[in-house]
Amino acid sequence: METKAAESNKEDEPFDPAYMIMHHIEDAHDFHILSYTNAQGEKVDINFPLPVILWHNKGLHFFMSWTFRQPESVVPFGDTYLRLYHEKIYYTDSDGTILYNENGSIANSKPLSFSITKNVFSLFVGCLIIFWVFGAAAKRYSKRGGLAVPKGIQLLVEPIILFVRDDIIRAQIDKEKADKFTPYLLTLFFFIWINNLVGLIPFFPGSANLSGNISFTMTLAVISFLAINVFGSKHYWKHLLIAPGVPFIAKIFLIPVEIVGIFTKPFGLMLRLFANITAGHIIILAITAMIFIIRSFAVAPMTILLSLIMISLEFLVAILQAYIFTLLTSLFIGMAVNEEH
Amino acid sequence: MGLLTPDPGLIFWTTTSFLILMFLLRRYAWKPILRALKVREEYIEFSLKDAAQAKDEVLKLSETRRQMIETTRLEREKMMRETRETREEIINEAKASATREAEKIIQQSRELIERERQESLSEIRQQISLISLEIAEKILKQELVSEERQQSVIREYLDHVNFN
Repeated sequence: METKAAESNKEDEPFDPAYMIMHHIEDAHDFHILSYTNAQGEKVDINFPLPVILWHNKGLHFFMSWTFRQPESVVPFGDTYLRLYHEKIYYTDSDGTILYNENGSIANSKPLSFSITKNVFSLFVGCLIIFWVFGAAAKRYSKRGGLAVPKGIQLLVEPIILFVRDDIIRAQIDKEKADKFTPYLLTLFFFIWINNLVGLIPFFPGSANLSGNISFTMTLAVISFLAINVFGSKHYWKHLLIAPGVPFIAKIFLIPVEIVGIFTKPFGLMLRLFANITAGHIIILAITAMIFIIRSFAVAPMTILLSLIMISLEFLVAILQAYIFTLLTSLFIGMAVNEEH
Repeated sequence: MGLLTPDPGLIFWTTTSFLILMFLLRRYAWKPILRALKVREEYIEFSLKDAAQAKDEVLKLSETRRQMIETTRLEREKMMRETRETREEIINEAKASATREAEKIIQQSRELIERERQESLSEIRQQISLISLEIAEKILKQELVSEERQQSVIREYLDHVNFN
């Protein structure tokens, strides 16, 4: 654990809920665990240190993120300087100057960063949970055989696996082709679900807005796009590109629409997951922020109640979004690979 | 716009993590789990089929049993009927033969009685004739004591005898 005392002069600053919420929603280079004011009146932040990995001058560079938390905050790096500004690493001059272009956005260039950020850390936590849960379940299945009555963790995972296999995958994809996509779709479902749930844990190591991050949803959407189109049948491509049985005039309009449709489907998947999870985080944070805006404990019962309701709703949204993403991906795969009916 | 700008680092880690997780899970989780579930489903399907077959067999067996019972019942009834008929026949025959025997005995008795009657009648007749002869002899002796009486009888007889 890394602890660091900072100047305790923030008491007088007005509370900015938008800044607080955006700070929580966006990625960070260290994982904040808690803050307190010590006996000397200094504000102490406890952060979980995360490694920074940069690609610079044809080589990978590793250092810990606390390097940026030094008071000067401008880190000499080879022949140049780095500065962490709003949780993003920029190349700067020795003074750490941040330049803006005419649009108001930052003009400094950024090194290619493969850092283990808060979201990446959360991602690893999610993956470990998934692998641990299903690895343990699989071990039980191998040890006890398929005919034994399910016990323990099997009872937890079996109904969900059966639901995903039978009601999502096999309902959309022809049975003989469904088995090929089952490992991918099962992984997809639990990957989204568990990462949503990890994001809902309000303290370390949860609370990162991973599945509400556009990079995360975009990656999954691209994988869906590949899964849909790489295995597309001749029939699917013929209908898409030639549209048999449609008058020529209609074809001129129809075919571009169809081609755009290939891309809008995963684009919709990407935005839906991103918007739902981010919105959930924003709402919960906004309700919590009400205490600090009104500056009264009297509103706490109401905000806690509202938070509870919202968190319960978010638990529903967590599985619902995993379900929708998997269902739509299965549906699109089904449309692409199924034989003509 | 910060929220909508993809971050290459996170894309890289998400892709890597997802693909590694997918391959690991496929190898170490989905394969054994899905295989076990398939084995169970097939077992259940097979058991259900087996149970249906067994049920059919039981039904068939009970049908056979019912048929056998029915056949036996019919057989028994037939045998009973036959026995009853045989019994009646025997009784009737016995009755008839007894009647015949009785008639025969009665007949024989009757014949015997008749013969004996005849015999006694002829004996009586013989006796009567003997007695008559004796009586006649006695009468004759009495009648023919006197000479003239003897003479008149001889004449009378001689009158009656025709000597032509």
